[in-house]
Amino acid sequence: TLMLPVRGAMAAADDMIAEFTGGASVGDSGITLTTPEIAENGNTVPIEVDAPGAVSILVLASGNPTPDVATFNFGPLAGAQRASTRIRLAGTQDVVAVAKMADGSFVQARNTVKVTIGGCGG
Amino acid sequence: MASGVKPRVKAPKKASAGESVVIKTLISHKMESGQRKDSDGNVIPRSIINRFTCDYNGQNIIDVALAPAISTNPYFEFEATIPEAGEMKFTWYDDDGSVYETAKTVEIG
Repeated sequence: TLMLPVRGAMAAADDMIAEFTGGASVGDSGITLTTPEIAENGNTVPIEVDAPGAVSILVLASGNPTPDVATFNFGPLAGAQRASTRIRLAGTQDVVAVAKMADGSFVQARNTVKVTIGGCGG
Repeated sequence: MASGVKPRVKAPKKASAGESVVIKTLISHKMESGQRKDSDGNVIPRSIINRFTCDYNGQNIIDVALAPAISTNPYFEFEATIPEAGEMKFTWYDDDGSVYETAKTVEIG
C-alpha cells in the first residue's frame, strides 16, 4: 500500500502547537526529546521526552496522516517530568515535543527520524 | 475490543519514603489506527486506548492522552514519587467504553 508523506501535515502540526501554546513564543532549552536516528520499523519507534518542571508535554509526528501522538500530563506525584513510549511513524519525518512549564512558558524539541518501513498503512 | 486485553505493570514492591521509582506498563491491545484498509478497500474503524492514568493513594502521577499513532500494545515508562506506603492504581480507557484496571501495593522499607 502506498504511504506518501502528506503535504500540509507540517502545517497541521504547527496548528496543533499553536493551539497547545495559545500562540505564545516557544523556547528551545529545558526539554530533551530522544528518538532513534533511523527506525527500521515505523510501527514501533521508541521515544522519550524529558522536561524537568513541565506540567504537560505534547508529542506530534509532523509527517503522519494526523500529527497527534500523545499528551503527557504530569501530576503532583510524578517523580520526574519524563516518559517513554513507542509510536508509529508513516515515514521519514520530524517528531516534535512541546512542553508547557509550571510558569506557563513553553519549550520545544524537534528530531528527524529516518523511517525504512512506514507504520501507518495496511 | 474488550477481548484479550491484558495489562502488565512493573513497579517496585518497596521504596524509601519520598523516593522516585521507575514504573513500566504494557497493555495488550491492537490499537487499530483507523488509517488501515481491509482487503476490500474499506477503512477499518479506529479502535484504540485513548487515555491512560496512574494514581497513588488518590493523587495523580501521570495522565496520558493517546492518539492512534501510539503503537500496538501501548507501553509507557515513567517515574513516580512514593511519599508513603499505599496503592498504585493503573487505568486504561478504551474507545469502546471498556475500562481496564490493575493495582500494585508499595511498602516503605
